Amino acid sequence: MSSTIATGKNLVESKLRVDAAIYRHVVNAGAPWIYEIKQGQYFRIVDLHGNQAVDTLFYNAHDYSDRYSAQDTIQHQRNIYLTTGTKLMSTAGTVLLTIVADTCGRHDTLGGACANESNMVRYAIEKRHMHACRSSFLKAVTEWDHGMSKRDIASNINFFMNVPVTPEGKLTFEDGISDPGKYVEMRAETDVLALISNCPQLNNPCNAYNPTPVEVMIWAAEP
Amino acid sequence: MNQTVLWEETIQPGASWSHVLKRGTALRVTDLESGANVGGIFYNFECPTERYNMPDTLKAQHIARLTSGFVLYSDMGRILLSVTADTVGWHDPIGGTSNRTLVEAKYGPSSYQKDRNDYHKNGRDSFLVELGKWGLGPRDLVANVNLFSRVDVSDDGTMSFAPGNSKAGDSIDLRAEMNVLVILNTCQHPLDPNPKYQPKPAQVSIRQVATPAMDDLCRVSRPENGRGFTLTERYFM
Repeated sequence: MSSTIATGKNLVESKLRVDAAIYRHVVNAGAPWIYEIKQGQYFRIVDLHGNQAVDTLFYNAHDYSDRYSAQDTIQHQRNIYLTTGTKLMSTAGTVLLTIVADTCGRHDTLGGACANESNMVRYAIEKRHMHACRSSFLKAVTEWDHGMSKRDIASNINFFMNVPVTPEGKLTFEDGISDPGKYVEMRAETDVLALISNCPQLNNPCNAYNPTPVEVMIWAAEP
Repeated sequence: MNQTVLWEETIQPGASWSHVLKRGTALRVTDLESGANVGGIFYNFECPTERYNMPDTLKAQHIARLTSGFVLYSDMGRILLSVTADTVGWHDPIGGTSNRTLVEAKYGPSSYQKDRNDYHKNGRDSFLVELGKWGLGPRDLVANVNLFSRVDVSDDGTMSFAPGNSKAGDSIDLRAEMNVLVILNTCQHPLDPNPKYQPKPAQVSIRQVATPAMDDLCRVSRPENGRGFTLTERYFM
């Protein structure tokens, strides 16, 4: 791939220069972000302060019912971790994006997004009021106003999160392996709608108990 | 416990099945010949935008397998189904389902015209057709479970299908904690290395069961599940 330099097993740095990006936006802690990325464009998410979970969904921009599928993605590559080379697959078998650079090395797609209701189950019924990713997702798709609703919120990617599975079939939440400035970069293989919730979770260490901003950047498609 | 069998039926190899499993009843699924795979997705029948949620199920119980004592969560913090009995020990919640491209690449071309009712079925189309009967569609398709199959994950994240996971006569009991739209099919597991199209049949039987007691296995297995039962019971108050 012309835009990347291999630096390790999964660790690959991008050649793209930040000052050449055509779009930059800081997504504050606890905020949603929704945006269309065109086929061929490069999309980077930067963990500005480290250990910040970025809950992310993608849709085929021409048919939102054709959306990112965690199970199809891990089944297709026969590996549960997302990193350089991973093709992000849709429910209908479309390759939505390919991860082309990754300075973190491992991202999760089994842990899902927090919700008021899942927080009540996991921590305490009194936690209902705490801000959660699926509320951010709902707010963003409602405001996007293209007929999207809760039906369109499926199992997501958690960029910069480390959720291993053990040989005994246990799911564990390990300390983050991300640091300030680490990033993941994807090339859109078709026109996609990206939806992010910059995770506000305060009940577990997925954001080091201190949710922080992340930056999203887009570069034009190669001529 | 009242275990009256209300009715039973065989799901033929590669076939689909759906039923609204009422609260107060349980579904027993039995692997009749060994090596069955039963794909399943589950909805709150009264409001199908509330549906089975793989990550909530996994992270509430810190699991990547299903067996007795565990429950299947909806995305609304409620329990759709409890696994009250299981002779297998491992059912797969992560491997997903097959699609047309995968089935044709693995098993070759097939059509009803040529093969009649033995034509090759795939999991995704099977789920969509069965969902369509209830007015649901692609936006309602979510991550599924695969009863009787096992997918192991190695340290580097590699997924591998474990052959021989279930024997003839093995069964799992799923107790409905809500009125649950159950969508099943017996298509082969997407990671099944068998190069031949050989789906297996499964038997489903519906029983009346008692209300889960305060010391119910699934309720007391983890504090999270205790809260899940509380939230589910509040829904019916």
